[in-house]
Amino acid sequence: MTRDLLVQLLAQGAQMSFVLLIAPLAVGVVRRVKARLMRRQGPPLLQAYLDLAKLLRKESVVAESASWLFRSAPYLIFALTWVAAALVPSFASGLMFNWAADVVALVALLGAARALLALAGMDVGTSFGGIGSSREMMIATLAEPAMMLIVLTLAIAAGTTRLAGVADFFIAEPFAVRVSLALSLIALIIVALAENARIPVDNPATHLELTMVHEAMVLEYSGRHLALIEAASHLKLVLYLSLLICLFAPFGMAPATAGLYGWAIGLVAWIAKLLGSAALLGVWEVSIAKMRVFRLPDFVGIAFVFGFLAILLAFLTRGVLA
Amino acid sequence: MNQAYEVSHLLAGAMLVTSFALLYQERIAAVLNAFAAQSITLALSVAWAAWSDNRPDLFITALIALTLKGIVIPVALHRTVARLGIHREVEKVVGVGVALMVGLALTGLAQALVVKVATGTASHAREELALALAIVLLGFLMMIVRRNAVTQVVGFMSMENGLILAATGARGMPLVVEVSVAFSVLISLFVFAVFVFRIRERFDTVDLEALDRMRGDSR
Repeated sequence: MTRDLLVQLLAQGAQMSFVLLIAPLAVGVVRRVKARLMRRQGPPLLQAYLDLAKLLRKESVVAESASWLFRSAPYLIFALTWVAAALVPSFASGLMFNWAADVVALVALLGAARALLALAGMDVGTSFGGIGSSREMMIATLAEPAMMLIVLTLAIAAGTTRLAGVADFFIAEPFAVRVSLALSLIALIIVALAENARIPVDNPATHLELTMVHEAMVLEYSGRHLALIEAASHLKLVLYLSLLICLFAPFGMAPATAGLYGWAIGLVAWIAKLLGSAALLGVWEVSIAKMRVFRLPDFVGIAFVFGFLAILLAFLTRGVLA
Repeated sequence: MNQAYEVSHLLAGAMLVTSFALLYQERIAAVLNAFAAQSITLALSVAWAAWSDNRPDLFITALIALTLKGIVIPVALHRTVARLGIHREVEKVVGVGVALMVGLALTGLAQALVVKVATGTASHAREELALALAIVLLGFLMMIVRRNAVTQVVGFMSMENGLILAATGARGMPLVVEVSVAFSVLISLFVFAVFVFRIRERFDTVDLEALDRMRGDSR
């Protein structure tokens, strides 16, 4: 009994450390693919780790007008994002804390992290931070309802809002094409692009653009604070990729009853799918241009429309309206 | 059976999505492409119904939809647009966001209506009907929110796409009716085209607001 508990605890701990360790690699893959497609050499795959290590060693400079919020926000943002990322089932669905891996809780954790980041962006009082925060909140007000609609669509299909439950449902279910799921997949991809400040919404590769969103908010951070914020944004990318994988391609994930062997398969499958989707993200980012900021509500609005359509269709299929 | 239903549902859903694309697109060329995509999806959907339900007459419907509405009409409209020189942004009565929200409301309305009206029918026929009704309503909406004459034609054709989809799902629209509908649509295209050119000749624009001025409505 105690041994079982220990194994469970270790597995959960392993998941928490895997997401943390693999996050910079995923970002490295995206950058590398982008660079190669542009016929550049590109930074080494492990550059993101080196960046984090360098930032952690550097001294942190804080503006005179900064309050306690500015100093504590990076730690809180990192912690919230890490918890959220660790809750998404990656290699196995039957982990110890999967009762807590509720999609609504996930959205709440990310929302809290975003609110802190927006506040920290405004805290110092520079105009750039304010612009970034305002834009981030504009995107969030559109992306969050869409996210909730997607979540509810899946919850209707699977009968639960627990991520592990949804994944189990889709593993057990024979492969099926459903309009509502296809729509929510598209919507979730749009939300993921918007939330991670990827290309049609924001350009992650630049600090020097008047249209930047995420980078504008973190412009004042340096040293270990910046390292934590960067790590949190890497984690967020892994979180969304894992979420897409877990909900729409859970094949290979170890079911609740699997032993160590199943976990090993699940782990390999998860890493392969994660890095594969990171490479796809790189291809996507090279293929299209960034949108004007004022076009963004339309773009993120599509996610809302698709989410809404998906939930309508799910209701129709279930005959709930009748 | 189950798989047949899934594919037809997927295609009908894809048509609904292209209907929203029609509302979302800002440029006339993109609107026409979205319409072509919708017609081709319709052709696929009808062909799938013909194959899975073993109703070979529907293949003719699919062929008509593909050649006429998937290729001929979009190409003709593209050329009209090129001749009129109006490949710029479409003039709209309301913004994209409002149009999409109204479109969502209409989709919900269509579903609520079909669920209430068609109780007792098989669930997949009901779904198909709901989607078809939503496409028809979105075609209406498109005719209302776009002021340009060419996009009004597209809205009309997209409504007709929805009708064909409904007819396929409802098993038993005779081929004669089918063919006559197809040709009346083609003829209506010619009428529209002549009409559009006449409007242009008279008012130097294809913005239908010019007609309001003609009627004497003050704006």
